[in-house]
Amino acid sequence: MAVNKTRTPIGEQNPNERVKNFGEVCLGYTEDEGREEAARCLQCRDAPCVESCPVSIDIPAFILAIKDGDMTRAADVMSRYTNLPAVCGRVCPQETQCEGVCRLGRAKGFEPVAIGKLERLVADRNYSRQSAQKAEGAAENGKIGRVAVVGSGPSGLTVAGDLVKMGYDVTIFEALHAPGGVLMYGIPEFRLPKSIVEHEIRSITNLGVKLVTNAIVGRTITIGEIESGFDACFIGVGAGAPRFQGIPGTALNGVSSASEYLTRINLMRGYEFPDYNTPIKKSKRVVIIGGGNVAMDAARSAMRLGADAVGIIYRRSEAELPARVEEYHHALEEGISFHWLSNPTEYADDGTGSLKGVTCEKMELGEPDASGRRRPVPIPGSEFFIEADTAIEAIGQEANKVLLSACPGLKLNKRGYIEANPDTGETSVQWIFAGGDIVTGAATVILAMGAGKASAMAIDRYVRSRKAQSDDKSGRRTF
Amino acid sequence: MYKILYARDIAPKEFDFLIEAPEIASHAKPGQFVITRHGERGERIPLTVADFDPIRGTIRLIFQVVGRATAEMASLREGDFITDVAGPLGTPSDIERLGTVMAVGGGVGIAALFPIIRGLKETGNKVITILGGRTSELVIMKDECGRYSDELIITTDDGSEGQKGLVTDAMKFAASRGERIDRCWAIGPTVMMKFCSFTASELGIPIWVSMNPIMIDGTGMCGGCRLSVGGKIKFGCVDGPEFDGAKVNWDEFMNRMGQYRDEEKISMERYETGVALWR
Repeated sequence: MAVNKTRTPIGEQNPNERVKNFGEVCLGYTEDEGREEAARCLQCRDAPCVESCPVSIDIPAFILAIKDGDMTRAADVMSRYTNLPAVCGRVCPQETQCEGVCRLGRAKGFEPVAIGKLERLVADRNYSRQSAQKAEGAAENGKIGRVAVVGSGPSGLTVAGDLVKMGYDVTIFEALHAPGGVLMYGIPEFRLPKSIVEHEIRSITNLGVKLVTNAIVGRTITIGEIESGFDACFIGVGAGAPRFQGIPGTALNGVSSASEYLTRINLMRGYEFPDYNTPIKKSKRVVIIGGGNVAMDAARSAMRLGADAVGIIYRRSEAELPARVEEYHHALEEGISFHWLSNPTEYADDGTGSLKGVTCEKMELGEPDASGRRRPVPIPGSEFFIEADTAIEAIGQEANKVLLSACPGLKLNKRGYIEANPDTGETSVQWIFAGGDIVTGAATVILAMGAGKASAMAIDRYVRSRKAQSDDKSGRRTF
Repeated sequence: MYKILYARDIAPKEFDFLIEAPEIASHAKPGQFVITRHGERGERIPLTVADFDPIRGTIRLIFQVVGRATAEMASLREGDFITDVAGPLGTPSDIERLGTVMAVGGGVGIAALFPIIRGLKETGNKVITILGGRTSELVIMKDECGRYSDELIITTDDGSEGQKGLVTDAMKFAASRGERIDRCWAIGPTVMMKFCSFTASELGIPIWVSMNPIMIDGTGMCGGCRLSVGGKIKFGCVDGPEFDGAKVNWDEFMNRMGQYRDEEKISMERYETGVALWR
């Protein structure tokens, strides 16, 4: 049977329609479409897609199950590797991971298998079945040890899910009123519906993970209290502190960080104001500073809130844009304009303390910098002005000091993040492990999950070896 | 969910709630605040902690109705629950033995000032407390503050209690007696803190003020609460809420406080219409 060269088309909301709502852009495959797409998989041995997946999902196996029409088997395969399949299927950068190395996609004229979309199909179809499921290890809860997880984002949820399945008593401490971390406050509804996130979290708490919201570690509960109540602790709090360029006018009304803008919209549902009580400005002309996925999310959200014009200011060129290609294309389709090789130098005041516009300068690319990308250099005399009532800075984050200052023994690196072994999450404090953005700086959901997986295994080894030592001393066994 | 153990009206539009929150009560220190959110559609707002009892596991919140979120909270009664209370947040007050200190409070800011006054007194300072308001009934917690003060001066705009005039007049009066005052705290409406800062600078007294900017998470994550202190960007929620009043950019801060004025109006109208319909 000949293999289709191109992917099975997938339903998407029309750009003209979707800019008026916050509903999901991609509508997902039907089971028939999924089977058709699954049939394109070559079922490689030593599959490169598995190799390039940060959590090593057995991709050919779940795709084969879809092809066979056995969605339950597909879900079982997936659940052995990931606790958040519906999330990963939507927000992983598959083009640089599994799909980027797909052997089919390497063949001339062929597109890679739509692995992410298939993953999402399985996860979404598995909703009802999974919520009734109980973990094999659940009966053993508490017998091996107690583990505290700080933060309920992708890395924390992964650690918690993996450890509870191994038979640990796990408690997650979340600072906000709702769990999910960046999945809730950062990534917009149109890319990752919050009902999906809530479902994935419920499937983890159904396994027996305890979740405490409104618990700020270092404030509501101290590291010392965690040490006395738990055998080990995993810190996955995210990078968590927005960076500002600090140019003149940053304090003007209308200037904000993407973190604030997106938190108002996503976590607090500001786009439904005044039905929800947290306001968000209905802006007319919006500029976003930055070129990553967060910048795309902020720009596309601004469009959906009814802005007349939304522009992204990026200091490098299209070729260096760090955002996912899919998100960039979606942004273009939705009418967002791009000011390439441009850098803001000042926010202008309209005379009442609110933003009137942004002065920028043109840049050119010089010698490569530490990141290996060519460094943008300002062109003298190239200033230009963009009119705007809202400016959103999406230029990255730095380490949030609330927890770190409450945990003085923890060694930090030069950039202020936690120094941790990338293979195990081990930190300078024996019983504390860490992973995700608080170790690497801002990265992706799947990398945070990969770090969580590695840490769960290392925590298990650590707790077991500690218990074995204390058993030797006391001459009794606890498990 | 956090249980309300009592709910009292203590002044026009001002409420005093005792809330069961053992983890917050056992960790709170003077100068800190909590974030509350009521209802699944509610807004997160910062409220200062007026008192905390680690043994009973309670915290006391005193707040003024200024918008929809506080109006909704004010409608709650003893036995009801607040959906979310998170804290204690912010850097605690730097309470140490300084000598003679002056504590100036206005409006509901007096509630935030109270644990600081008590902390300063218990650390062995001589505490001169100045509480002010438009009129007598708006000057709250007089007895409690008085209990931990060596001297209590009340000022009212209309002369209905204590000295007629402003708290800044009382600051000048207290300083004019020749006694060295080592430090000042001022907590109240922004305008009051601004002028207290000017007065303290004139008198050569270092002053702490407690800023109450618009916040969302309260943990340093969003930067919405930023203000300029000594020309640098600071986050009210984690670097503060207390800052050196002489270095705060007051005009900029007041401008930022007005960011959502239009939306606040829409929100309040919506709430009042809803309440009217319900009745």
